[in-house]
Amino acid sequence: MISVLEQRASQIHQDGNSPFAMDCEKHSVAGSVSQRACVFCGSRVVLYPVADALHLIHGPVGCAAYTWDIRGALSSGPQLHRMSFSTDLREKDVIYGGEPKLYQALVQLIDHYRPKAAFVYSTCIVGVIGDDVAAICRRVEAEKGLSVLPVHSEGFKGTKKDGYQAACTALFQLVGTGATDDISPLSLNILGDFNIAGETWLIRNYYERMGIQVVATITGDGRVDDIRRAHGAALNVVQCSGSMTHLARMMEDKYGIPSLRVSYFGLEDMSRALYEVADHFGDGQVQQRAEELVRDEVAAILPDLRRYKKVLSGKRAAIYTGGAFKAFSLVRSLRTLGMKTVLAGSQTGNREDYRLLRELCDEDTILVDDTNPLELAKFVQEKEVDLLIGGVKERPIAYKLGIGFCDHNHERKIGLAGFEGLRQFAREVHSTVMSPVWRLVPRRRRQLAASQANSLSTENLRPSCAGECSACDLPHCNIPAGQEILL
Amino acid sequence: MTTKTADSVSGPFVATRNACKLCTPLGACLAFAGVEGARTILHGSQGCATYIRRYMISHFKEPVDIASSNFSEHATIFGGRDNLRAGLANVTRQYQPEVIGIATTCLAETIGEDVGMYLHEIRNHPSPDDPAIPPVVHVGTPSYCGTHAEGYLATVHALVSQLAEGGSHHEHINVFPNMFSPADLRYLKEICADFGLPLTLLPDYSDTLDGPTWEEYQLIPQGGTPLAAVRRTGQARSSIEFTCVHGEKASAGEWLEERFGVPNHRLPVPIGIQASDALFDVLGSICGSETPARHAAERGRLIDSLIDGHKYLFERRAVVFGEEDLVAGIVGLLGELGVDPVLCASGGDSGRLRSAIARMVPDRADRIQVRQATDFADLEELAGDLKPDILIGNSKGYWLSRRLNVPLVRIGFPIHDRVGGARMLHVGYRGAQQLADRIVNTLLESIQEQSDEGYSYL
Repeated sequence: MISVLEQRASQIHQDGNSPFAMDCEKHSVAGSVSQRACVFCGSRVVLYPVADALHLIHGPVGCAAYTWDIRGALSSGPQLHRMSFSTDLREKDVIYGGEPKLYQALVQLIDHYRPKAAFVYSTCIVGVIGDDVAAICRRVEAEKGLSVLPVHSEGFKGTKKDGYQAACTALFQLVGTGATDDISPLSLNILGDFNIAGETWLIRNYYERMGIQVVATITGDGRVDDIRRAHGAALNVVQCSGSMTHLARMMEDKYGIPSLRVSYFGLEDMSRALYEVADHFGDGQVQQRAEELVRDEVAAILPDLRRYKKVLSGKRAAIYTGGAFKAFSLVRSLRTLGMKTVLAGSQTGNREDYRLLRELCDEDTILVDDTNPLELAKFVQEKEVDLLIGGVKERPIAYKLGIGFCDHNHERKIGLAGFEGLRQFAREVHSTVMSPVWRLVPRRRRQLAASQANSLSTENLRPSCAGECSACDLPHCNIPAGQEILL
Repeated sequence: MTTKTADSVSGPFVATRNACKLCTPLGACLAFAGVEGARTILHGSQGCATYIRRYMISHFKEPVDIASSNFSEHATIFGGRDNLRAGLANVTRQYQPEVIGIATTCLAETIGEDVGMYLHEIRNHPSPDDPAIPPVVHVGTPSYCGTHAEGYLATVHALVSQLAEGGSHHEHINVFPNMFSPADLRYLKEICADFGLPLTLLPDYSDTLDGPTWEEYQLIPQGGTPLAAVRRTGQARSSIEFTCVHGEKASAGEWLEERFGVPNHRLPVPIGIQASDALFDVLGSICGSETPARHAAERGRLIDSLIDGHKYLFERRAVVFGEEDLVAGIVGLLGELGVDPVLCASGGDSGRLRSAIARMVPDRADRIQVRQATDFADLEELAGDLKPDILIGNSKGYWLSRRLNVPLVRIGFPIHDRVGGARMLHVGYRGAQQLADRIVNTLLESIQEQSDEGYSYL
């Protein structure tokens, strides 16, 4: 029997009838197997996609080894970000200090790889042994003539969110150092998309089709020189607000650039993002292009969505994400597919996030903040879910119980953003929820026997079946701007 | 700068570029995962536990729950005593473990945490609100000393030295494997059973990291070496352990011999025929019997199959990388196949890789380039000029394989880009059979792919 730790109880909302009061933004409970990582992780994930920068991790080897080439963030050019550089501190360095090694390592790597800038990440013990990383960075910057930016990401100094802030602080040092004269008044920066499986390219393409110039993508397919001139853009469009709001706020304070918070996952959120950007500029042509774009893109994927919805309707899903904003989009996307979210949670959500999530979900949906494997297992069992959406660390929880799984983390290699991404998402969900493999799993055999009937037949989902499904209850694809896409 | 041994004059880079090693606590987590009813706490920041979990889950594709004492800035300044106490209590409440393993991280070691003293205090002054803590084994695994391989061995040593009890010697033997796969561990148990030898295999994650699906979620996966069996390691008739690069100080077998007079046999990892023979000989000598017929038959079929493949293998050039013991073991196998290991590399830095290799292939050791404390970027720069036909190592070598356009035979840990890493056999005659088949077939495939004709009959 799985029990919930007393200290964790306030971070779980289970009872639809009780008043909503959920604790969050707390340090993880010692001994609870939190799915969170650390400050360093937060910085590393945000900065990783800057492809022409050198990323040097100052500390013992683990932090660099575990983050080597695990993320699906693509680059259209340089691949330097995929190299894992570590000062690999040894005992002697810990005793006598790691500064000489850091200096030598930086100089050599810069000479060899000729990056456009360098990020130097401090890990736990660097803060403790007292290396003056900022001083070394300044020295190398002066000697080598490129930006060498310290990232204060000692693991113990808070949570992943603090790591996001440290990364934003480092990025902000680049912003404002490039030329902006050729930037259109119809321009924006894409913040908080990391180009997993090319998602930033997709989104960039949407904006460009609307007639908007994309100045910098921060940090998906990121380039140092683009970030330098990001202050010339008229708008910051922020996805993954947990990681990038800090940068947007600093840019607003210093350069007066307004920002919009968006999500690119799911029909409604993706459309809303484009409409809100178009409305922000208030340009009739841009608004019209946005409408056309949404109409065309939705029309292209609707036939597939209808087919998937037909078989997925009524299935039950659990969602556990890093940031809460993604969870909103997933609840809506699942609804698009006729699925019900019975558990939703995040590693780093805040009170307002959970209040919104509460409104968005059903009365009896369980909400969890900074949960652990046992709690997740407990609830997915109790709620008899067909699908768990999370990252690699959550995957075995689902598989051990014979439950389908969809990876929605940054390690995935499949694009799930944008309209095309929703089709991919539906295909992903379908391919796991409807797999015949569950029929072999003892635990699921009972459950599935009940709902057998037609649901296990995948015959009508062959890609060759491109026609309209008569049983479709999805709306017509001609969605006027501003109108919610109700399904 | 990383200490370079006389053997290694690898690249001039001060930084490690694409590490060919992992950090010390990972080895501890792997070893603790092989103890029945055990849960692990990493004493340090949350990220260490999460990263290591992710890394192990991606290989084993099984739940790997590792708790953290979750250091904050406060704990870093004032010490992690309260965090450790809370961590122990919460792990006990949630998982009801039979034993808890604590491994330190670089942060805890750097600030000088005395885990032994904390445990003493927690035992002697339990908080009335906290549950009774099960037996605890702790190991110091600062990641600035050694690699995951050292962390693994240190943890086996800690388990034995903190739990083993003396007494009159019984029939059973201890086997202390190296970082083998679950399939390897199952096979070792089968071999010992066929010799009729009662066995304590420590650690044994063959079930905990490679099990069936569950009717109900398990707090701790079933399987592993029972605590009572770990205690009885001091009463065994013999120990066998597999390493030729790690010193006696880190050795559980040596410790038991010195402390309780359990004779220890230090063998190379049993990869390849000769190294497997050495294992079967020792087992035979312990119980005074011949190699069981079905294993002798397996050996016979293995040799027969090597003849089938020998022409495709002779003087083919291999680059081998990974943990030092594993590399030495593979070199032994390659020596039997006629393959030339032109470059042997490890991120480990024991200073003994060359001598271990010389022990496996005395007649050709001087022709092999050996690199310790190296990384994948160094390897790439070296390997290109050597014109290898095949790479043998974990899946982190895929980059190398892709850039050099040389096929990779995946072995060891981690295998992150294929399924079945846990089911891969390396040791004994059966492991040699699987490895030899995979190596030959990989070479055949590349001959076929490079051929203009594309014969289906080779």
